[in-house]
Amino acid sequence: MLKLIFHNELGLGLAQAGAAALAAVVVVLLARKRSIHLESETVIAMVRGLVQIVAVGSILVLLLRGPRWTSVFLLAAMIVAAGATSARRAKGMPQAFRVSAWSIAAGAGSIIALMTWLGVIDTAITSLVPVGSMLIANAMNTNGLALNRFRSDILSHVGEVETALALGAAGTRSVEPYVQASFEASLIPAIDSLRSLGIVWIPGLMAGMLLSGSRPVYAAIYQFVVLAMIFAASGLTAFVSTILIRERIFTSAEQLLLQPGR
Amino acid sequence: MTLPTTSGPAILRAEHLGRIVNSKILLEDATFEVRVGEILAIIGPSGSGKSSLLRLLNRLDEPTSGTVYLEGTDYRQIVPRELRRKLGMVTQRAFLFPGTVASNLRFGPAQRGETLSDDSVEKLLEQVGLKGYASRDVANLSGGEAQRVSVARTLANSPFLLLLDEPTSALDDASKQGVEHLIQNIVRHQNLTCVLVTHDVAQASRLAQRALFLQSGRIVRAGPIDEVLNA
Repeated sequence: MLKLIFHNELGLGLAQAGAAALAAVVVVLLARKRSIHLESETVIAMVRGLVQIVAVGSILVLLLRGPRWTSVFLLAAMIVAAGATSARRAKGMPQAFRVSAWSIAAGAGSIIALMTWLGVIDTAITSLVPVGSMLIANAMNTNGLALNRFRSDILSHVGEVETALALGAAGTRSVEPYVQASFEASLIPAIDSLRSLGIVWIPGLMAGMLLSGSRPVYAAIYQFVVLAMIFAASGLTAFVSTILIRERIFTSAEQLLLQPGR
Repeated sequence: MTLPTTSGPAILRAEHLGRIVNSKILLEDATFEVRVGEILAIIGPSGSGKSSLLRLLNRLDEPTSGTVYLEGTDYRQIVPRELRRKLGMVTQRAFLFPGTVASNLRFGPAQRGETLSDDSVEKLLEQVGLKGYASRDVANLSGGEAQRVSVARTLANSPFLLLLDEPTSALDDASKQGVEHLIQNIVRHQNLTCVLVTHDVAQASRLAQRALFLQSGRIVRAGPIDEVLNA
């Protein structure tokens, strides 16, 4: 319908963005009726996301013409931004940004480096940056989920954790069940994406490859490659972040820092 | 305020112990000692700092002033895990770990790489009146049984001082009476020392020889139980 009204590409794009945003606003209003307040966070996230992607899209043409080594700086900047974003999901947890940034660097960064070295990801900036950003974005989401779940599990099991401490357990041992639970929970989206590949969803990258003339079978296999890399990067990120954060919620005298109301 | 010294060696001594969090005084200038084999009750209204004091004794929280001496050693010189093993703690709720009664009893010793034998598990359960409960799932225990398992789990660490934080406040009258008898028996037969936090003055009177009365984070009365309760 929008195509009948808007004939130039920019106008159509803005109208499409407006329609999609309207759907999101309806969901926020529904949530509000149930006293779940997502208004400011959602509006800020949508406006910010739109501005960011338009800004990046505008300069992407210039960046993609740059030398290959610039992709390293672009990906490093993405990791820092991803660390800052997912650290917000770990409110009150000590050194959440540092833990998030290092975990995403270890998880997504190492998989990107390894796969580029193996030739799975092409070193061309037009390939490395988009594929790398997918890995970093998914690692960021997984890290946010892991830290958020860990935080809420600890806050609702302070009694159990301190009982274990009182029985002579090390801090890391006392939170072990919650480390495992948060690691498993954080990987649910990545596992489900892999499991439903081709049945529930066909990623945009495959459509792009087909449009650019790749053979359909290769495009399909590469989708699996991308999702397997996402799973590896996300899993490694969650693994590192849960290990790093579990030590930071205790003092040197093994007292639990994360307490309700503190 | 300082608890007057009487005969008998002190196993634990708190000196000017205090904790302030975000300008809020949880405990201030608490000086007292606990003597071998006694039950010392800590009583006072809700929010008076009773539980805060117990958490400081076990070093689950860090004092912002003063310290505690355990058998003459500043407890900051003792590895926290070893300190907590020596000062066994039983809380208001049992907080049993998922699994069997036996696995709960084995938790503490396992932290030091020790395995509690089946015989030792049975002996501990016998002490708390739960003989034959080793293989039971903790999910199927009553409140009173769970609290007895919690006591046995603490005893499995062979502590020489027990810190009891309102151990019967979540129990019905029958279970409460049972746990009180259990505490008396354990202290008497194992020559354990005990610090009991309770809001129940009658319970303090039944169990303790001496008491500290806390109000707004300060010890306002201290001495033999009758003197403190009748002052």
